[in-house]
Amino acid sequence: MTTDLRPATGTGPPPPAPPGARPGLRARLARIDLRVTPYLFISPFYAVFILFGLFPLLYTLWVSLHDWGLASGTREWAGLENYRYLLTDGDFWHATVNTIGIFVLATVPQLVLALFIANTLARRMRGSTLFRIGMVAPLVTSTAAVAIVFTQMFDRDYGMINWVLGLVGSGDIDWQASRGWSWVAIAMMVDWRWTGYNALIYLAAMQAIPRDLYEAAAIDGASRIRQFWQITVPMLQPTIIFTVIIATIGGLQLFTEPVLFGVGTTNRMDGGAVHQFQTITMYMYDNAFTNDRYGYGATVAWALFLMIIVFSLVNFLFVRRTGGTK
Amino acid sequence: MTMLSPARGTRASGGGGRAAGGGRGRRRARGHGRFRGLWEASPLTYLTLVVAIVLSVFPIYWMIVVATRTNDVVADVPPPLLPGGNFGENVGRLFDNPDAYFAKGLLNSAIASSAVTISTVFFASLAGFAFAKLRFRGKNALLLTIIATMMIPIQMGIIPLYMIMVELGWQNQLQAVIVPFLVTGFGVFMMRQYAAQAVPDELIEAARVDGCTTFGIYWRVVLPALRPAAGVLGLFTFMQTWNEFMWPLAVLNPENPTVQLSINNLANAYFKDYTLMFAGTTVAILPLLVVFIVFGRQIIGGIMEGAIKA
Repeated sequence: MTTDLRPATGTGPPPPAPPGARPGLRARLARIDLRVTPYLFISPFYAVFILFGLFPLLYTLWVSLHDWGLASGTREWAGLENYRYLLTDGDFWHATVNTIGIFVLATVPQLVLALFIANTLARRMRGSTLFRIGMVAPLVTSTAAVAIVFTQMFDRDYGMINWVLGLVGSGDIDWQASRGWSWVAIAMMVDWRWTGYNALIYLAAMQAIPRDLYEAAAIDGASRIRQFWQITVPMLQPTIIFTVIIATIGGLQLFTEPVLFGVGTTNRMDGGAVHQFQTITMYMYDNAFTNDRYGYGATVAWALFLMIIVFSLVNFLFVRRTGGTK
Repeated sequence: MTMLSPARGTRASGGGGRAAGGGRGRRRARGHGRFRGLWEASPLTYLTLVVAIVLSVFPIYWMIVVATRTNDVVADVPPPLLPGGNFGENVGRLFDNPDAYFAKGLLNSAIASSAVTISTVFFASLAGFAFAKLRFRGKNALLLTIIATMMIPIQMGIIPLYMIMVELGWQNQLQAVIVPFLVTGFGVFMMRQYAAQAVPDELIEAARVDGCTTFGIYWRVVLPALRPAAGVLGLFTFMQTWNEFMWPLAVLNPENPTVQLSINNLANAYFKDYTLMFAGTTVAILPLLVVFIVFGRQIIGGIMEGAIKA
C-alpha cells in the first residue's frame, strides 16, 4: 500500500490573534483546537470499530470456550471441549469440503477469464467504455436477487440451462440434488458476479505496463500469446495476488448464494437434503441462530477465521512462486 | 506495494494506442508499420467482448422478461425472449402480498442505506482529512491500525454482535443494521489517500491564518475538494448496505425486513411463483440499476482506482 507517512506540513503553530480580540482566550482556544481536534476527527472510526468490530471478534473466542445458549439461558465454561468436538465433527468437515470445492470452482475460472477479458479490453477499440460498463453490470445487482434468478435458470424441469443443454443433446441435470453439480451452479453465480470486476482491476494494472516492453518483444519475434505469458502475467503479479486474496476472503465466507439456492427445502441453512451445498458460514449460522448453540457457532467462526488467514498466506506464497518464475 | 491503487498515475498511458514511452515510442510505433497492429482490436476481439457482454447482461434481462409476464412463462419451450405487459400487475401482487412485507422492506432499506452512506462519507472524510493533513502524536501508528482493520471480515464477529444487540435491546430494530456500519476503515483509508493529493497545504494554511477553526477548514475547504472521492465512496457504501443479507437475516424479524429479506420471504413461501419473485428482485435492484446508469463511469473509475469488494 502506498502510504505517505511524512508528517503533514500544513499546520504550523497557531497564528497570532488579530488585534482587538482578547488575545489570551483566543490563543488558548486556538491551541486547544490544534491539539484536540485531530483526535476528535478520528475517534468516530475507533469507537465504531472497537465496539462492533474488534470486541465481537475477540469475544467470539471467549464465547467459543463455553456452552452458550441465548434462548435456553445456558452459559457454562467448556474449555476446549467445543474445539475438540469440532475436530471430530463430520458435518463441519463436510461443510469445509463443500466450501473449498465451491471456492476453487468459483475462483480459478473467474480469475483466468478476467485476465483473458482484460487482455482483450486493453486493445485499442471503439466503444471501450460501453464494454467496460457492461462488464460490471452484474456487480451492481444484489446478490440475493441474482441467486434467485440463477436458481430458476438452474431448475431441473423448467430451467433455461437444462433447456440449452437439451439443445446440444445432453440429458437434464438435477443441479440441486448432486453434490458436484450444485457446487458448479453456485460457483457460476459467483463467477458471473465477479469476473467483470476482476477484469477491470487487471485492466487498470495492465495499463501501467510500459509499452516498450511489448515492442521490444515484438522485435524479437515473440508472439502475442508469448507476450501475454512472459510480460503481462509477470508484471501483473502483485495485482493477481491481491485479487486472489480478496477472492479467498469472500469465497470462504460464501453464504447468500447457497442459502437462496436451497429455496424450497425445509431448512434453508442445511444446504440441501444431504447438506450437499452447505458452506461453513451456513453451518455456523445454523448452529448459533437456528439451534441456539452460540458457543459452538463461535468455535466454527474462529476456525473459519483461521482458515481464511492460512488460505490467504498459502495463496500469497503460491502465486508469488508460480508467477515469479519466468 | 501498490496493491490498493494499481492504476494510480497511469491514466495518461491508458486508452490503448498511445505509446507510453513518450515521443520516441510514438514515433517508433508510427514509423514501423509492423508494430502499428500491436494494439489494434481485431474483429475477433469485438466478437469475444460482445459474447462476454451478452453473458454478463442476459440474466438481468431474463429477470425483467419474467417479471413482465404471466406465470406459465417458465414452462414455455422455447423460453420467450421479449418482455410482456404484466409488470404492473406483478408488482401489484408483490405489494399486496401479506408474507413479503415488501413496502416495509423497501422503506427500511432506503433509510438504512441512506443513513449509513451519509455517515460513512462524513466520518471517513473527517478522519481522512486528519490523517492526511493534520499533525498529531501517534498518527502513523494509528493509520497502520486502520489498514489492519480492513483485513478483518465483520461476519466473523456476527455471534457476539448479535449478543450486543440483544443487550442493547436493538434486536429487530433498524439501528441494528445501521450503527455497526457508521464508518469503515476502508472509507477512512480511501479518503486519506485522496485528501493527501487533492488538498493543497497552502489552502489550509491560508484558511487558518484567516481565523478558521479546524472544523471550519474541513467544512469549507476540505470537503468541497474531496467531493469526487466522496461520491465514489458514497456509491459503493450505498450499494453494499442495500445488498447486505446475512446480518439483517440474523438480527431482523421477517415482519420488519430489509428489501433483500423481503425477497427471501417470497422465496420461502412462493418459490414456484416466478413472476412474483422476479418482480420482487427487479424492484429490489431498481435503485442500483438507476445508480449504475447515471454513475456508470464513476463506478468504473472507482473500481479501477482501487479495489472495493462489496
